[in-house]
Amino acid sequence: MGHILIENLGKTYIDRRRKQRNSKDKNRSPGTQVQVLKDINLELEDGEMVCILGPSGCGKSTLLRIIAGFDRPSEGTVLIDGKPVKGPSSDHIFVFQHSSLLPWMTVRQNVGLGLRHMNDKKAMGKQIEEYIEMVELEGFEDHYPYQLSGGMKRRAELARALAVDPDILFMDEPFTGLDYLTHLKIREEVVNMHEFLGKTTLFVTHDIDDALVMGDRIVVLSGRPAKVKLSRKLTYVRPRDFMKEKGLSELREEVFFMLGVHYAV
Amino acid sequence: MILFFWLLLSRFSGWSKSVFPGPLQVFESLWGLILNGVMVKHVVASLYRVTIGFYLAILLGIPMGIILGRINIAKSFLNPVLHFLRPISPLAWIPLAMLWFGIGDKPAIFLIFLSSFFPLVVSTTVAVANIDPVFFHVAANFNFNRYEQLKKIIIPAILPEVVTALRISIGIAWLVVVAAEMIAVKSGLGYLILDSRNALRMDYVMGAMIVIGIIGLFLDVLMKRLSKIEPVFWGSIGS
Repeated sequence: MGHILIENLGKTYIDRRRKQRNSKDKNRSPGTQVQVLKDINLELEDGEMVCILGPSGCGKSTLLRIIAGFDRPSEGTVLIDGKPVKGPSSDHIFVFQHSSLLPWMTVRQNVGLGLRHMNDKKAMGKQIEEYIEMVELEGFEDHYPYQLSGGMKRRAELARALAVDPDILFMDEPFTGLDYLTHLKIREEVVNMHEFLGKTTLFVTHDIDDALVMGDRIVVLSGRPAKVKLSRKLTYVRPRDFMKEKGLSELREEVFFMLGVHYAV
Repeated sequence: MILFFWLLLSRFSGWSKSVFPGPLQVFESLWGLILNGVMVKHVVASLYRVTIGFYLAILLGIPMGIILGRINIAKSFLNPVLHFLRPISPLAWIPLAMLWFGIGDKPAIFLIFLSSFFPLVVSTTVAVANIDPVFFHVAANFNFNRYEQLKKIIIPAILPEVVTALRISIGIAWLVVVAAEMIAVKSGLGYLILDSRNALRMDYVMGAMIVIGIIGLFLDVLMKRLSKIEPVFWGSIGS
């Protein structure tokens, strides 16, 4: 459970912004169609972690939102376990770019969001505890999100996502806004979690190192309209080290080059 | 300090005691009114009207605000009407209120309802429209039904702003009740002021003003308390 098949996916927006008077930009006339995604073909095996890279504004997040069912494709299909995606579902949880913990609920209530239908309240409480422990937030169960640091919020959100035991995790640049150390730490935790739970994960990021350190595969998208430019399996064992794995650092340079950076250190 | 200035002002203003009474005289009369039960009767009458009118405004205004904030069709139909009616002072409704509801509590309650209803609807609508869409995405992701969405997302999300709006509108309601009671009724603090003026008892007028001020202050403190409850208070620090 957790197989994703994307076929000939395309997304076109209609630009409804009114044309400005005397505007020289003839391409921005009202009703202009803006193609964001074009002919995306992608298959994720069950349990695979795929990191999607691409220039900013290329439509990475749009792609993710379509697969998760928050948005509809203009062309093509998305099949999850053979069935077309009809909308969001608690079988595939989305971790948003900015904290989406409900600010009026405590950590415990947030983590329990997906478990609220369990009849056995005792078992439910135990399960919530378990996931809170897993992300090392013991002692903060009754704190509200505003009382947590950025990293703790991310952990709580991960616990909330994992607590429903989803088939698929979607992550949209989940490390945005974290300081460098916290970023590395949470990244480590996500990798460990992936090794341990083996959930299909689709991870959108603009950080090439994140993608190379975490992914079972990286996919590089081109600029608008986004197409798959590169899809490469990474078989290096984790934890990965750019110094030791020559192939990895070469790939890193290649990807940087592909995204238009020529002298990345 | 204020009492001292009041004392000086009343002593040396040149007006007679019956026109501008000093603090001692006012408090003496006020104490008399409290002791003989007249003041209690009027306060209870005023508070009763404010409570009923205010509750009606909450009961109708907040659900209406939620509907307006969530359903665009409702908004495009009702918003123009609301924004047209809103700037009309509740006091302008006095003749109609008396015609429709006759003499007694009803027109006063109607005026109080009007005075709090519009601010409540408008602030609720704005609060609902400003909810971060990410919370609705979360709700959809965890398969919330409509009721859960209302109970766990919309209501807690708008609560901080609604409590602020309640605080403002009860202030307005308290202002309006005094004016409303100068017509059509024979009780309440507004009536007391009007009646005392007719009897040329400025000490009673001032006594009633003091009581109005104290109760207004008390209502505001009560509303402030409400915004300190933890699930309400999340918004004051930011998410």
